[in-house]
Amino acid sequence: MRSSWAILRLRFQLGLQYRAAALAGLATQLFFGFIFIMVFEAFYAFGPKDPGMTLEQVITYSWLKQAFLSLMMLWIRDNELFQLITSGNIAYELCRPCRTYDFWYAKLLGQRLASAALRCLPILIIVLFLPAPYGLTPPADAASLLLFFIALMVGTFMVVAISMLIYISVFVTMNPSGSILLFAVFSEFLAGFIIPVPLMPEWMQRIVYMLPFHYTVDFPLRIFTGHIPKMEAIQGIGMQLIWLSVLVLLGAWLMKRILRKVVVQGG
Amino acid sequence: MIEVNGISKSFLVAKRPSGLWHAVKSVFHREYTTVEAIKDISFTIPAGEIVGYIGPNGAGKSTTIKIMSGILVPDHGTCSIMGYTPWEDRTLYVKNIGVVFGQRTQLWWDVPVMDSYELLRDIYKIPEHSYKATLELLIETLDLSEIIHTPVRQLSLGQRMRCEIGASLLHSPDILFLDEPTIGLDAVSKIAVRQFIQRINKERGITIILTTHDMNDIEALAERILLIGKGTLLYDGNIQGLRGKFGTRRTITAEYQDYDQPLHLPEVSILSTTANRAILSVDTELTNVSDVISQLANQVQLMDVTIQAQPIEDIIVQMYKEYQL
Repeated sequence: MRSSWAILRLRFQLGLQYRAAALAGLATQLFFGFIFIMVFEAFYAFGPKDPGMTLEQVITYSWLKQAFLSLMMLWIRDNELFQLITSGNIAYELCRPCRTYDFWYAKLLGQRLASAALRCLPILIIVLFLPAPYGLTPPADAASLLLFFIALMVGTFMVVAISMLIYISVFVTMNPSGSILLFAVFSEFLAGFIIPVPLMPEWMQRIVYMLPFHYTVDFPLRIFTGHIPKMEAIQGIGMQLIWLSVLVLLGAWLMKRILRKVVVQGG
Repeated sequence: MIEVNGISKSFLVAKRPSGLWHAVKSVFHREYTTVEAIKDISFTIPAGEIVGYIGPNGAGKSTTIKIMSGILVPDHGTCSIMGYTPWEDRTLYVKNIGVVFGQRTQLWWDVPVMDSYELLRDIYKIPEHSYKATLELLIETLDLSEIIHTPVRQLSLGQRMRCEIGASLLHSPDILFLDEPTIGLDAVSKIAVRQFIQRINKERGITIILTTHDMNDIEALAERILLIGKGTLLYDGNIQGLRGKFGTRRTITAEYQDYDQPLHLPEVSILSTTANRAILSVDTELTNVSDVISQLANQVQLMDVTIQAQPIEDIIVQMYKEYQL
């Protein structure tokens, strides 16, 4: 535990160095936030009468998504880890007295937290002061806010656990682009990143609710907007925890198996 | 301390001839060849010894080191190091060993060396007081005080290697594996690294297993060498033994007054000649050095003669040839 914490701290510290990247990211995320919102505005003006969420809720949803992007996106990758695998530097990781899974999990989490810490506050402050209807609507009460933070946190843990599976797959494929692309395209949609799940057709919603991805984006954000009532939110967090443990156990097991067969590349 | 018994490890290597046609073909059908990296290697190493592990590129040195440090799992054989089987009890076992892979880095690239050290302190759960003591010792003996607060990417290779070795010793391991620790270093850094290795071996009794291609490392450090070639162990003993077995050649450099006839020296291979200088190689099993010199004196007006024992480097080349490595 102490070692995982240490590595998380160092990775966080390292991530805070990238101020220029954060600034550029800030601009990009605000820009895309506006694009998303304009598309939804058009959709609400000319679309069906009752789409399942109010425009206000969808706008808040979009801004939160932009603010906490680094906690939610699967395509965010740590090239260092990929290099460790494909170049053989993993040799050093393997002679440390702790599970490589924990080690990497902490690294990835630290990186995401650092990136989010630099970006989320400025974006949130800017969008709070945007004129209606483009601004962020605060949650109804403190309890929703608290539940949102819990769900967001567990969701982040889930995202890291899923991305660990991507890294593990690279041991077999030796090439990160394929795994990332596959995961990123499908998960982004299934998580409700492109459009919130309630706006999807019913048959698709049924599929989405069976998979874990919507717990990483759609679920926490709709708690914030109040679209998911509190009781349902608490149940959902329970489901999140179950999924999280399944994903972590699966990842740790796969990693252990694959490390026994690992070929350390390059002499 | 270390007992290795009949370990073997083979790798599957995808194989295809170059060219587009074969590249297309390999999409559908891939041919693999099994490469036996090491075959039935056995040795024992007592505590406190420095062992040089040598062999040509691709002989299986690194594979053996990786097996002994718990990174790779061998196909056959057993290995017991301090009572542990490295690949079975990996997390427990690795607390007792330090590893330096000369071609890789364990330090975090973008942060000062000190940050990497502190991370290792937490990973190995080193108590604060012993961490401080070890760190002080390392800073002093490896001369790190000036570089320890510099980000790794700004260090020279020699400086980095000193930091790497320091990083592997922070948790006071009983065994240190050094995989080419002097690769790419200049003469001064090499000597510094060697002296340090010797010192920790003497003062703290650390068992050291070292692979290298630099025979000066071996001569300066190792009392015992293991020679491996094509995956099998070929020689296990000290350097004197190696010299006795293979080092029967002497090199004679003779300088003389201008002489333009060819030299007649039976049983001697002439490495180079000019009008007033010849370098000869003599196998002392075939003929002795004094005979050669007297033959030479009969033909030319000798000015100066130097006789050199065969450098260990040449002995190794000769051994590689002999074993057809």
